[in-house]
Amino acid sequence: MYMLKNVLRNLSGRPATRLYPLEDREPFPAYRGRIHNVVEECIFCSSCARLCPTGAIAVDSRAGRWEYDPFLCVYCSVCVEKCPTKCLKQECTHRTASVGKFLVSRTGTPRVKKAKTEAGERKAAAAETGG
Amino acid sequence: MSRTTVIPFGPQHPVLPEPLHIRLVVEDENVVQAVPQLGFVHRGLESLVRTKDFNQMVFVVERICGICSCIHANCYCNAIEDMLGVTAPPRAQFLRVIWSELHRIHSHLLWLGLFADAFGFESVFHQFWRVREHVMDICEATAGNRVILSINVVGGVRRDLVPDQIRWMLVQLDETEKGIRELTKTMLNDYTVQERTRGIGVLTRDEARLLGAVGPTLRGSGWECDERMHGYAAYKDLNFVPVVEQDGDCYARSRVRFYEALHSVALVREALNRLPESELTVKLPGNPDGESVFRVEQPRGELFYYVRGNGGKMLERMRVRTPTFANIPPLLHMLPGCKLPDVPVIVLSIDPCVSCTER
Repeated sequence: MYMLKNVLRNLSGRPATRLYPLEDREPFPAYRGRIHNVVEECIFCSSCARLCPTGAIAVDSRAGRWEYDPFLCVYCSVCVEKCPTKCLKQECTHRTASVGKFLVSRTGTPRVKKAKTEAGERKAAAAETGG
Repeated sequence: MSRTTVIPFGPQHPVLPEPLHIRLVVEDENVVQAVPQLGFVHRGLESLVRTKDFNQMVFVVERICGICSCIHANCYCNAIEDMLGVTAPPRAQFLRVIWSELHRIHSHLLWLGLFADAFGFESVFHQFWRVREHVMDICEATAGNRVILSINVVGGVRRDLVPDQIRWMLVQLDETEKGIRELTKTMLNDYTVQERTRGIGVLTRDEARLLGAVGPTLRGSGWECDERMHGYAAYKDLNFVPVVEQDGDCYARSRVRFYEALHSVALVREALNRLPESELTVKLPGNPDGESVFRVEQPRGELFYYVRGNGGKMLERMRVRTPTFANIPPLLHMLPGCKLPDVPVIVLSIDPCVSCTER
């Protein structure tokens, strides 16, 4: 009998649930949602691939390719936090249901080795001659 | 003349969220023997410790259990920190308590709902889960995920709380407490609820100790035993009092969980109000070498971690003992002598978490 008041209130009140997916809730700004890479800013340092606990990211620094498996990802956002150029971004919306698996692949400009400076060359030459 | 029959309970059963199989030997309607069978969800998570970096293992141990993931990670990180000889900063300790207690609230609310469902009180079940949604929202808005929070790292925590968030959290906590208090009379004084839970699955004070019960199962039998009393993380700075009941039946265990949920709301509120200012992480001095053990209080009872490192990136061995494993012998003691319709109520009264137990 103690529950009766509650049940009647629930019957006459608005439903507690939403008609998802027709009606969506405003996402929380801090939510760990889908990840994407702004590949133009990526230096292909592979730190995201090394830190990822599930191995969802693969980086080919020579070809300048960044590959990410959203179905292996656990959305822990370690890669986003440790990205040195902050080119990895995490949105506050989640990925919707999918009927098939796929890989996200982004290709950018691979990092070129820095050209040798004159000072660096002189130092190398000095080291070779033992002076 | 009575006839003996064997009835399988589980692994698929309407009241069980996870696969646990119990062979019930019944004479007419009375259970005379219960034989458990486990191992349906074994995943080999402990052996992953040799293939993953000790920092990455935090995200693996979180996935041992969905409902108390933050507490698993908390225990693992504390064990590694002990081995490395570092202590997480004070603010991180408080934040760990806040997220752990939020997990305890939503775990207990989930259990109270499931328990009501076990004796057929559907409207209470839905009401508890509706209240629980406030806590899930707090987790999502502060940690970024609803269930697997991924907040702990070895040496501290990864996210901070800003004053705006704290104010919003306090409002949400008030709503949660109001929702729980509204259900007090229904859950604790209702005639139907008392008839289905009082005097059922009795575990006496001595039996609870002898059979090695932990958590609310032990506290429901009159033992004042809670790992939080030892003051790990920031519990030493908070006003923590264990909830103890004397009767040892299903009703006493539900009372323990009900009042623990309310006490956890108070603990989170207190921790939020007394959050000290400090860094969130400390620098680690190297890789773990040696061995260490750590115990924390999960919603279901005592959680135990043993870790051994050899100075490398990967640990050598990890051993976890979860509370449900310790609570299975008491459960097998409670079942014989009960009626068959009471079996779901008694099984749920230990709050079985099979994924924790089997890993």
